[in-house]
Amino acid sequence: MQSTQSSFENLRNDFPILKRTVRDNKPLVYLDNASTTQKPNQVIDSITDFYRNHNANIHRAVYALAEEATEAYEATRDKIAKFVNIKNRQEIIFVRGTTEAINLVAYAWGRPHIKEGDIIVTTEYEHHSNIVPWQLLTQEKHAKLEYIGMGDNGELILDDLDKYLATGKVKLVTFSLMSNVLGTITDAKKIIEKCKAADVLTLIDGAQAVPHMTVDIESLGCDFFAFSGHKMLGPTGIGVLWVRKSVLETMVPFHGGGDMIREVHKYETTWNDLPYKFEAGTPNIADVVGFGAAIDYLTKIGMDNVRDHEIELTKYAIEKLSAVKGIHIYGTKDLSKRGGVISFNFADVHPHDVAQIVDEEGIAVRSGHHCAQVLMERLNVAATSRASFYIYNTKKEVDLLVNSLNKVAKVFKL
Amino acid sequence: MTGNADIYHEIIIDYSRNPANFGKIENHDVTFHDSNPLCGDSIDIDMKIDDNKVTDIKFHGNGCAICMACTSVLTEITKGKSLDDVRKIEKHDILSELGLEHLQAVRIKCALLSLKVLKSALYTYLADHMDDSQGVDKLKEEASSLY
Repeated sequence: MQSTQSSFENLRNDFPILKRTVRDNKPLVYLDNASTTQKPNQVIDSITDFYRNHNANIHRAVYALAEEATEAYEATRDKIAKFVNIKNRQEIIFVRGTTEAINLVAYAWGRPHIKEGDIIVTTEYEHHSNIVPWQLLTQEKHAKLEYIGMGDNGELILDDLDKYLATGKVKLVTFSLMSNVLGTITDAKKIIEKCKAADVLTLIDGAQAVPHMTVDIESLGCDFFAFSGHKMLGPTGIGVLWVRKSVLETMVPFHGGGDMIREVHKYETTWNDLPYKFEAGTPNIADVVGFGAAIDYLTKIGMDNVRDHEIELTKYAIEKLSAVKGIHIYGTKDLSKRGGVISFNFADVHPHDVAQIVDEEGIAVRSGHHCAQVLMERLNVAATSRASFYIYNTKKEVDLLVNSLNKVAKVFKL
Repeated sequence: MTGNADIYHEIIIDYSRNPANFGKIENHDVTFHDSNPLCGDSIDIDMKIDDNKVTDIKFHGNGCAICMACTSVLTEITKGKSLDDVRKIEKHDILSELGLEHLQAVRIKCALLSLKVLKSALYTYLADHMDDSQGVDKLKEEASSLY
């Protein structure tokens, strides 16, 4: 497929929700993709097809349906391996989403490995899901949580990392590959290089990056990687945790129950092989299948094309928004370092009021702290408005957003 | 403008630009802070209480136009009232004052955050100035049923 605006516009036909209107017959302009994306027919149909034709539990029964369900479930694991370049499918664990993935690491890796006085390093632009699990762990273990600071350009200050690594106490460095508020793309290679030299493990929160650009986990060289299905056209409630096998083998189980065991006796249990040791209970089978359809869909478009489309859209949006008097855009203007996420404030109007007024025009933008209150403190704001793009967004929609902001200016007499 | 954006009428915009009773009371008798975890609206209310009357009230914090306007109106209603009367203030008193009776569900928390803070401040003050534990329990029960 060619990376032209028109071919991307054709994709809109695959998304039934984009045909609906909201608020007095206004066409829906959905610009909250950093939160969750809409679903194409291919994904919706695959879930329906699973329940209509193949539904059974997996990994157990020998009958035909169970075999089909297991095959469909495991096929997604292989698609994921190919999509983000993972060599060993045993290292791919299905979870509910990025939040559960990080909590799994904090619990199953963190509890046996983190001791009093150890340091875990995160960054100032993390989502709460990459802060709170580490607060819980470090408080329990009397360990310390430290932050790589962020410069005014929206990029991390990696000298901070050197300072922490020099203590010799850092056990894990955990960071987002793309900020959900600023869109900043983290220089992961540099961080990982520094950590490897210091023999420190790294965790990447890929929730914002994987949906929007080519990600190659093998070449990144991190030890943990997490992402979610629903931010990349897939259903909610399904995500991936990848853990390097040598690290995975040092981890204790997260949940106990069915499917994660080899043998259970009255007072002892032996564990199932990887990755099943970490997939207790009946998983979210239908949504794993739907996630597979989403990966097929994105693979067909090509992730480099997705990235190009979003760079073009982001460039256009930054130009248009910057021309509106009173708009302040946060983060770097260097498009090679940012994804399609634009956080902004409009004069002294509260982002909630901005969001409500543009909603009257059918435009869905997010307002608030975006689960990143540490970053809001750093930016010294209570909240921002955020527009975030995906494959189906168009320049015309950016124009509609800009027009609706003029309405905000009118109401608030800016 | 039609629909929900009707809420952005002159009075709301004016209050959001020039909130009433905005600031701090240094020698307050009670202060309370709360925030809305969904949107980050954050309000502190300080009160000066003499002879079971609110003789002064000020607020500070951050919030959307709805939050700032409602907090302004609430402080205006509260000032000079007896504690018993403050206890009787209800959400309708604020919403009707600003024509927000039909505010949509997602914004109602913006409108009522200040009332929650005011009542919490009041209960804190009353509990601190109460001898009988039964009365404190009753207050706690009343407080727990707030919005």
